[in-house]
Amino acid sequence: MDYQFHWRPVIQALPDLLKASLVTLQVSLIAMALGLMIGLVLYFFRASQLRVLRGFGSTWVEIARNTPSLFQIFVFYWGLGEFGIFLSSYTAVVAALTFNCAGYMAETYRGGFNAVNAGQDKAARTLGMTRFQSMRYVVLPQVLRAIYGPMTNQFTWVILASSLGMLAGLRELSGETQYFNSRTFRTFEFFAATAVIYYLIAKMALLLMALLGRPLFKAERAKS
Amino acid sequence: MIVLENLHKSFGPLEVLKGINLTVDNGEVVSLIGASGSGKSTLLYCINALETIDGGKVTVDGVEVHAKGTDINKLRQKLGTVFQQWNSFPHLTALENVALAPRVVSKFSRKDAQEIAAKQLKHVGLGDKLNHYPSQLSGGQQQRLAIARALAMEPTYMLFDEATSALDPELVGEVLDIMRLLASEGMTMIVVTHEMSFARDVSDRVAFFKKGVLAEIGAPEDVMNNPQDPDLQRFLSTIG
Repeated sequence: MDYQFHWRPVIQALPDLLKASLVTLQVSLIAMALGLMIGLVLYFFRASQLRVLRGFGSTWVEIARNTPSLFQIFVFYWGLGEFGIFLSSYTAVVAALTFNCAGYMAETYRGGFNAVNAGQDKAARTLGMTRFQSMRYVVLPQVLRAIYGPMTNQFTWVILASSLGMLAGLRELSGETQYFNSRTFRTFEFFAATAVIYYLIAKMALLLMALLGRPLFKAERAKS
Repeated sequence: MIVLENLHKSFGPLEVLKGINLTVDNGEVVSLIGASGSGKSTLLYCINALETIDGGKVTVDGVEVHAKGTDINKLRQKLGTVFQQWNSFPHLTALENVALAPRVVSKFSRKDAQEIAAKQLKHVGLGDKLNHYPSQLSGGQQQRLAIARALAMEPTYMLFDEATSALDPELVGEVLDIMRLLASEGMTMIVVTHEMSFARDVSDRVAFFKKGVLAEIGAPEDVMNNPQDPDLQRFLSTIG
């Protein structure tokens, strides 16, 4: 093989790559956090008596789950321009990933709420708790436990999917890598290094989720 | 005092309560017996407004339960409810299970709520299980936990919906013992039950339900030893 590995350009670019990793992390965290909140609202919309809300929620979930994430990013970045709305790459990518996460999470919440016995809410209400208190102290903590696994998957997914942001001009980790690649033509070296960085970020996210989840699973640990 | 006047309740085309009249005085223990589907449990849920009603009215201490302006959350604090499926909160310890409502509903401090909880758990014989999770308790213990949880709100009335029906036979006794204890302490209780000996020994009155109608009511010795209604005679002979 004639190819000579040259790692020096990668090492020189490392500070910039790490800085771009922060953009990746930031975009993913925001999209995930907003997606979690909006997803819950969408779940309630879909469970609502009101047809308008149900329709809105279902349409969102259908589109988010059944169209390519890349197209969703394009719609927010270029598509909205047709209607005179111009978003920066950053905003468009955050919005598109949030849209996607919210859709998936709405469906995940549905499974989570189904997993909680209806008797739990009844018992809470007969103690004098309001609908909100029952939700806050009794039902949601159990829903959260039920969806914790899928939620963690969603989080790692969004970190990796944020790489699509480079196609809307965002200089996140992949965008930054592509930039250096085009200047140095050390394609293999740069993308290999970036793959390792993605792997490490994803691992860190898993660790973070495991730590955050610890208080939720006290009851499970007590069993053994 | 709990008063039911001409209470009607339907599920779709099925009328489950066909005009029930019943007054339960404070300090009284009333057992509701009858075949499954006769409307006993539904009646309990009409008292604590887990179910809506279709006619008549229910009043608790003079407050109309199903009236528009009624603060149902406040009223429910007077009405402790114990379910067949005990519904203990699996993510909380026994102490937290019982302390939750005093803390978030009655606004006690965390410390005071835990004191109340510890006291009630001792009351039902779970003083050594404060930090256990429901998954570490037997069915009978979980049901006693549910009783303690209801008692922590200092209810005037306790509603029991077949509190022992889902338990293994050897665990029924410990729960009935706690219910007897409450009765002896003067708690007003409405008890839906299939435990005939409990109904006979503990109740001041026994009410027999038949297809949504209160067919016979009176002192346990009259209703159970000398039943008038032919269906009640049959019911008592089959259930032993």
